[in-house]
Amino acid sequence: MARLTIESLRKSFASTVAVDDFSLDVADGELVCLLGPSGSGKSTILRMIGGFEQPTSGAIRIDGQDVSRLPPDRRPTGMVFQSHALWSHMNVFNNIAFGLKLRRLPRSEIRRKVEEALELVGLGGYGHRQTFQLSGGQQQRVALARSLVLEPKILLLDEPFASLDQHLRERLREEVRDIQQRLGITTLFVTHGQDEALAMADRIVVLRNGQCEQADAPDIIYRNPQTQFVAGFIGQMNFIAANVEGGTFRHPHVSIAVGVQDGPAVLAVRPEALGLAATDGEAGATVLRSTDFGSHIMVDVELADGTRLKAMTSPSIRWERGARARLVPAAYALYRDNRLVDSGRVEGRATTAASLDVVRVTV
Amino acid sequence: MIRTYSSTSGRFDWTGLAFTILLAIVIAVPLLVVFTWAFTEVWRYPSVIPQKFGLRFWDQTLSRADVWEALSISLRLSATVTALSALICLPAAYAFARMKFPGRDLFFLSFLASHAFPKFGLLVAIAAIFLQLNLIATFWGVVLIQLVGTLMLMIWIPVAAFQAVDRRMEEAARDVGAGPLRVFWSITLPQAGPTIFAAVLLTFVSTFYETEGAWLIGAPQIRTMPVLMINFINNQVVIQYGAVLSVILWVPSFIALMFARRVIGTGAFAKGFGA
Repeated sequence: MARLTIESLRKSFASTVAVDDFSLDVADGELVCLLGPSGSGKSTILRMIGGFEQPTSGAIRIDGQDVSRLPPDRRPTGMVFQSHALWSHMNVFNNIAFGLKLRRLPRSEIRRKVEEALELVGLGGYGHRQTFQLSGGQQQRVALARSLVLEPKILLLDEPFASLDQHLRERLREEVRDIQQRLGITTLFVTHGQDEALAMADRIVVLRNGQCEQADAPDIIYRNPQTQFVAGFIGQMNFIAANVEGGTFRHPHVSIAVGVQDGPAVLAVRPEALGLAATDGEAGATVLRSTDFGSHIMVDVELADGTRLKAMTSPSIRWERGARARLVPAAYALYRDNRLVDSGRVEGRATTAASLDVVRVTV
Repeated sequence: MIRTYSSTSGRFDWTGLAFTILLAIVIAVPLLVVFTWAFTEVWRYPSVIPQKFGLRFWDQTLSRADVWEALSISLRLSATVTALSALICLPAAYAFARMKFPGRDLFFLSFLASHAFPKFGLLVAIAAIFLQLNLIATFWGVVLIQLVGTLMLMIWIPVAAFQAVDRRMEEAARDVGAGPLRVFWSITLPQAGPTIFAAVLLTFVSTFYETEGAWLIGAPQIRTMPVLMINFINNQVVIQYGAVLSVILWVPSFIALMFARRVIGTGAFAKGFGA
């Protein structure tokens, strides 16, 4: 039972601000992913919660108690490091037992707890091994067991799978998610891989330049990104920049009636929401490439102004290189100055109208 | 930790063997010659092996009181200097490796200074100062002068050792509840241990064989083994005296190496020296 509250956290180094006014509430048993490009401050936030960095200002509360001035050894947090950071002069058993020995537990209890922790991460009977005899995935499991054996209130994972290969990473993230749910442990997970975040998190916090861009459930983050940055960072997204004139987003290839004031704006359409229709003549976008993924075909097209888009189409229609195509967006989001200003579905008739509009503009 | 095991299967490593033989010749042949001389009574040119083996010169050498006294002084000096050097240098090395303070780089380089200039000039200058302090020809005078010579080795090697310890390992230890001192004792020191042990060993051995300072400051009362050996060679040109003393001088090196192997194992020991 642990609840983590972060209030107006700020961390500035000599010349840069790494984390700027960051607030977050993590409910008991929740797994929250901090997602962002490198330098977005996600690791710094995690290290401040673990006690390895001092916040410049703000508070970190665990179950209401402010821990932000406590050293790491006095905090009820357990951290798993990217590089696993196992102690190479101890065997697996001693790595996991170290924290228990510091707590002066009886020897028999230490033995029992270590064995339990090893069973939990699927390494039962590995206690006598040396850490360098283990594979990368096994080492990371030992690091996880080392943290879990102390039953921390908050589990912190700092890009724990970054050094593993793709296959192992997918397997391990499922296991970690299983363990986390079984134990019901409140967890904060730092990653720069969106797949990892989408697959594991109850909630994703997208960070940029030390600030929170959006904090929502994975499906909302994907389907309803609140900023242009989030839209581009999570999943694939097509962006078309143009002007809104008289209530219509006007671009030589696509025009959509939108409910925003006139001015520059960026239209965002997911590849799966972007349809293509054959057209003849010089109008339309040029097909650059079409890649067959079996279940769908990904068609790359180029607009007259050089903008490249991706469209996910059904395998029933083949697109040849150099063919002309009309853009048929089914859903869109409109951003201005990184903020979402409008979004909606494009009705069948409206699409036709819009495409007629295209024809009229371009001819 | 990466371990490389020499492959027992596959192609035979001829280049490696050639290097091993070459090294063995360069290192072992001079040692063998000296060793042979120590047990020789008559060895005249052009014979390849001595005409007469014997322990006569061992008897003569070991029956001398000054040899035993010199050995005792040398061992006490080396132990004292090494202990003091570790006491001063290891905390300093940790500070250099892990802390930022003003003048850190300059101070760090200054440890190199004692080796950057002709040593004998420095020794003479120090001797002049020691003369006024009544430290000439005393045990602690020699300790001080030899201590200066060990500083660089005992700072630079442990600094590298401490710097090589992964900070994440220390943080992981803090994370599971260890205080700063416990982290140093249980994580940092064992991780840097083999390298630091190598530095201590090198310091002990190099102090044992140090001659210039010991002679300039210690003579005539404090006579170490190497100083005694120089006397022997200067006074009477009998090769066997030198050879016998030389073989005796190997003893601390051998004991130190054997001890090192027993305590930390060959692999870790070689790693400490950077292998």
